Amino acid sequence: MPIHFEHKPGLVVYVTAGDPSLEATRDIALAAIDAGADVIELGVPFSDPLADGPVIQRASERALARGTKLSDVLTIARDIRAAKPAAGLIIFTYLNPILRYGLARFADDAKAAGSDGVLVTDMIVEEAGEYLKEMDRVGLAPVFLAAPTSPDERLAAIASRSKGFIYAISRTGITGKQTSMTSDAAALVERIRASFAPGAERLPVAVGFGISNADHVAQVAEFADAAVIGSAIVDLIERSTAETAAAEVARFIKGLRLQEAATAR
Amino acid sequence: MASIILPSAPSESRPGRFGIYGGRYVPETLMAALLELEHEYEIAKSDAAFQAELAGLLKDYAGRPTPLYFAKRLSEELGGAKIYLKREDLLHTGAHKINNALGQGLLAQRMGKRRIIAETGAGQHGVATATVCALLGLECVIYMGDVDMARQELNVLRMRLLGAEVRGVSSGSKTLKDAISEAMRDWVTNVRTTYYILGSALGAHPYPTMVRDFQRCISREMKEQILEKEGRLPTAVIACVGGGSNAIGAFYEFIPDRKVRLIGVEAGGRGTALGEHAARFAGGVPGVLQGTFSYVLQDENGQIAGTHSVSAGLDYASIGPEHAALHDSGRAEYTSQDDASALNAVVKLARTEGILPAIESAHAVAEALKVAPTMTPRELLVVNLSGRGDKDMGILARELHLQGA
Repeated sequence: MPIHFEHKPGLVVYVTAGDPSLEATRDIALAAIDAGADVIELGVPFSDPLADGPVIQRASERALARGTKLSDVLTIARDIRAAKPAAGLIIFTYLNPILRYGLARFADDAKAAGSDGVLVTDMIVEEAGEYLKEMDRVGLAPVFLAAPTSPDERLAAIASRSKGFIYAISRTGITGKQTSMTSDAAALVERIRASFAPGAERLPVAVGFGISNADHVAQVAEFADAAVIGSAIVDLIERSTAETAAAEVARFIKGLRLQEAATAR
Repeated sequence: MASIILPSAPSESRPGRFGIYGGRYVPETLMAALLELEHEYEIAKSDAAFQAELAGLLKDYAGRPTPLYFAKRLSEELGGAKIYLKREDLLHTGAHKINNALGQGLLAQRMGKRRIIAETGAGQHGVATATVCALLGLECVIYMGDVDMARQELNVLRMRLLGAEVRGVSSGSKTLKDAISEAMRDWVTNVRTTYYILGSALGAHPYPTMVRDFQRCISREMKEQILEKEGRLPTAVIACVGGGSNAIGAFYEFIPDRKVRLIGVEAGGRGTALGEHAARFAGGVPGVLQGTFSYVLQDENGQIAGTHSVSAGLDYASIGPEHAALHDSGRAEYTSQDDASALNAVVKLARTEGILPAIESAHAVAEALKVAPTMTPRELLVVNLSGRGDKDMGILARELHLQGA
């Protein structure tokens, strides 16, 4: 099933695979889907995550210290897909691990594992020729980032090459907390929506970076299709044990939904 | 090993590509800034007023041209090639890094950016950047790994005295690679107000090209000077290679002179196992680190490997993309010298010529010590002495047991 957002707004939940363990990541993802997540972003841990703040850096270090490999991430992707046929599933990674794995082999294996798409943090549209060919060959959705600093012509290029959804970065910066939504985010979503070519599929827009509570989700609901929750989840996992993390994450996600119900009244 | 498939079709004609290497692999947030920088740099490059201002500062402030010095005693003692030293160590702030820092500092000023950030390994690029910021009245934040801050403490103190804020980086290996990541995190956050002065011929386009352009004065002068002194081109040019800025500066004008051997010297560290050295061409495979496609020391899962070198400035897991292209085409040769050989070369140069090189530059000297005796007195070796060794006195005192002897 192609990526779709069951809820309004949709929820995209990021987890760093292998933190605190692969089994725990699988259980957390399944619990998150049960609690209302529409899409899971399975993060491939990387040694040098330069787009990430300290929370995801630490999670990556823990996952790597346990020996988490790209092939392991694909294995739990397969488990998640087997248990949840309808949920969206994205592999979220830096470029180097998939280059080393082999781009074509990665495309084949990510598809076979049942993922719907791929987001490569340090891949821009200009460099994406070979990557897009591979995504297209196997039928995976390439999800690109759009930034508040991206001029309109770049947004048009991003919109025309993306599939699944477009990930709008709420503000300049790295992943992690912020106190309130900036006006950057709403303006960016508006510009992205204006950038679709006439007649082209109008992809949903998910807003991420710094979204950490129900207030943020409610704000995003006013102007975008979905909210991405990353560091707040990873932080919660860090503060939980491997046994309690799935339940904590489920409770947290349900809390985001409750606020939404209250504001929708 | 899995085969590497290029993320996009290689093209010589695309800007920022050196053969298949280089390119731009960054978070989208930085793209507007990189495109603006590329555009502004292209304009500045052909702006006579900009070039005149830079030339004036390089001459009167930094001390260019630097001498090409015939190392007579060293040459005689080795009994082979005539060895010339390109004295970048005599520049203001003590290394070639000032060439690039002045160029990019003027560019930042021209672009109206008042806040400067930079990474540094050995501290020489940090000191050069802090110096230029003081000169131009710009705010300056330097990122430096905790390991490097400890081993290059003198340079930390110099940066602070110059008014820069030095921010220690405690993630990863706590060296140059992590300082670059942290500088990029700052840049991605403050991109609207901040200019990132990258100090090596690394990173996303246009940095490798721009840094090389600001450093190519080294080989331009070398060529003029050796022709003036000897009436012919050198047999070989030798330079140490960390990220590769001094080496590309020393090689660039000689690239069309096919008979001139270009020899880059990587850090051999203390062993050949992954993690014990920084010899990218010996143990690395092509990959993407910090914005560019080049040789990268990495494990079989594509995680970036740890590195070791006694010299902070060479202690880095990747190498400038233009070097990767020169390596693959065979136009330049790359070799390595280990920690012990570099330390030995420091002593040798100090005691035969009265010149104390930076431990980075001593890797190039060590290569000259090795190859000069195999050559004839008719042959000419030019060694790029990229920096001076005062900053390394702490390490040298410990490694060479200079105290209480």
